[in-house]
Amino acid sequence: MAFKTARNLIIAGGLAAASLTGIAIASSGGVADGYKMVHKHWHWTGVTGTYDQEAMQRGFHVYAQVCRSCHNLDQLAFRHLGDEGGPFYDERYENPNDNPLVKNIAAEYEVIDMDPEDGSEISRPGIPADMFPPVYRNNAEAAYVNNGAIPPDLSVMVKARNNGADYVYNLMLAYDHPQPDSVELGEGQYYNPVMEGGKIAMPPQLQPQAGVFEYQSETEGQNPPEATAEQMAADVVEFLAWSADPKLAERKAAGLVSMIYLIILAILLWLSYKRVWRRLKQPVKG
Amino acid sequence: MSGHSTYEPKWAAARWMDQRLPVVRMGADFMAMPTPRNLNYWWTFGGILMLCLMVQIVSGIILGMHYVAHVDHAFDSVQRIRRDVPYGWLMQSTHAVGASMFFLAVYMHIFRALYYGSYKAPREVLWIIGCLIYLAMMATAFLGYTLPWGQMSFWGATVITGFFGAVPVVGESLQQWLLGGYAVDNATLNRFYSLHYLLPFIIAALSGLHVWALHVTGSNNPIGVSDKVKTDTLPFHPYFTVKDMFAVSIFLMIFAFFLFYLPDALGHADNYIKADPLKTPPHIVPEWYFLPFYAILRAVPDKLAGILLMVGAIAVLFVLPWLDTSRVRSMRFRPVARWFFFIFVIFCFILGYCGAGTPDDPTFFPGLNFYRMSQIATVYYFAYFLVILPILGLVEDPKERPASITQSILDYGDKAEPEKVLAPAE
Repeated sequence: MAFKTARNLIIAGGLAAASLTGIAIASSGGVADGYKMVHKHWHWTGVTGTYDQEAMQRGFHVYAQVCRSCHNLDQLAFRHLGDEGGPFYDERYENPNDNPLVKNIAAEYEVIDMDPEDGSEISRPGIPADMFPPVYRNNAEAAYVNNGAIPPDLSVMVKARNNGADYVYNLMLAYDHPQPDSVELGEGQYYNPVMEGGKIAMPPQLQPQAGVFEYQSETEGQNPPEATAEQMAADVVEFLAWSADPKLAERKAAGLVSMIYLIILAILLWLSYKRVWRRLKQPVKG
Repeated sequence: MSGHSTYEPKWAAARWMDQRLPVVRMGADFMAMPTPRNLNYWWTFGGILMLCLMVQIVSGIILGMHYVAHVDHAFDSVQRIRRDVPYGWLMQSTHAVGASMFFLAVYMHIFRALYYGSYKAPREVLWIIGCLIYLAMMATAFLGYTLPWGQMSFWGATVITGFFGAVPVVGESLQQWLLGGYAVDNATLNRFYSLHYLLPFIIAALSGLHVWALHVTGSNNPIGVSDKVKTDTLPFHPYFTVKDMFAVSIFLMIFAFFLFYLPDALGHADNYIKADPLKTPPHIVPEWYFLPFYAILRAVPDKLAGILLMVGAIAVLFVLPWLDTSRVRSMRFRPVARWFFFIFVIFCFILGYCGAGTPDDPTFFPGLNFYRMSQIATVYYFAYFLVILPILGLVEDPKERPASITQSILDYGDKAEPEKVLAPAE
């Protein structure tokens, strides 16, 4: 009896979890025109996987030198870069506002502010507490400069697409896929099979030309990999994945503790249940 | 069912209090409720749902301290909660995943009631209150999904409030009155936030009535035969508190699995894009727990007819106690009806599958697109309640049932079991 009910419970729980994951997987989209999505193994997936700090740092530099010319990071402040689990986290600086790397990065950006004396608009170098300043003053300017298409914010991009990491990675590299006749491009449009409808306003960004872009390591003695298009795409995805889900490591650590706790609790409760109900077990005389 | 009170105050202070406001007595009697001893794990979802409601209210109140209900700030404030508020990522995920878990549990609870005939006399009012709770849950979930102000929030709200525009004559004015304008905008977001905060407390009040009604009629049980003798029942505490808590711990593991490892698996990626009234997403899809009803809505080409069908799909639950003509509660003893029930469950899943698909796309079944498949499933959904259950009750020959709960679980050892009898219909 007990085994049967426990078995039923496990089956029910399993079915529930399976159907929910089924729904989740079924809702992820496919890609047209014979393009085969490259499914990279992202090492932050899985139960214990976390981001690689070196890769995030390289990815940030790709963002800063390539993507940044058009794309915002609306949800990020500079100090986030120095948060625990972030690309420039340094355990010596518990407060990311003190982190010199973060300070230097922030200072490279011009932030619009107000002169406290006379209230006039001024431009000053950023500090860690500032948000990443917008690339364009407003959407109208963004559209005007980019042939009518507004470059989307990248700070939650990896979450905002199904299989976002694969999506961004493939999008960066799929430009050379042969264009089918069914897709007619307008002016200033490019063919990209990963994009819904195949049309994208962004020109190819990561060119496999050596020397245009080189990785420099933040830490001494580290040999950064060669900046191939694939490497840069993978690195920028790593950075954007962190940007979209910066609490991943904290969440998984809490998950492990919670699961262990719940398993022990469930065992104790099962034993309590058996003990409380045992006093009823004496066979009843018919 | 609630017999006379068995509470004995042990201390002078407790006696003093008992003569003035017997809350302790009330709680003690409440926990001593005689409960059928043969309940299986399907009966643990009531307690699980109580927990779900509390989790949603507590996490929601905390989120409310940080959330900004304004079209310009709502999306960013949710991101801020996830990034900067201490443990905000935990609260936000708990609340979002918790909604899915709440519906998962409520569906288990409803299917259990359907299978074991828990809606039948004398539990009609208990069942109807449950239906009201489900309705309030749907409203709360829909309103809450609007608040993060992502693309799916905005367009979901636009589609759902559009239903009211299909009401004849007054539709347009009704829709504008609900939205507080001509389109989903700041006024809509503000009132949705206000109502989203209000409704859970109405659910809590309805749950109080639900449990009260339960304590009047007593729990149904897997054999559907009412308890008759003292040995049929056990006090709720400790026997069912400990069993429910074990079930809760298993449920929490499923909850934690999604919360910590797949927090976004049950949501939609489009909701991480800030709402844009000028850009309609290619596929507007509700949350998974609404998909079956969405499939029913889209099963007919006419908008108003679709809405009436969808409303009807829930309304039919309210009159179910009078549609099912069989006086045998548990499907265990209804050899024909139980198969129709299992097919019903399968069709509910098919409806959910259809709700997620695009109508013209082919399904897994050759030659059938989503549109046709959802029509077939919708027909079965309504036929189950309006044709199958009313007719089956009159023509089906139910199996023999044990005379009492005690008899059904007795351990006879080597002795021969007494013959089963056709328990009198109740």
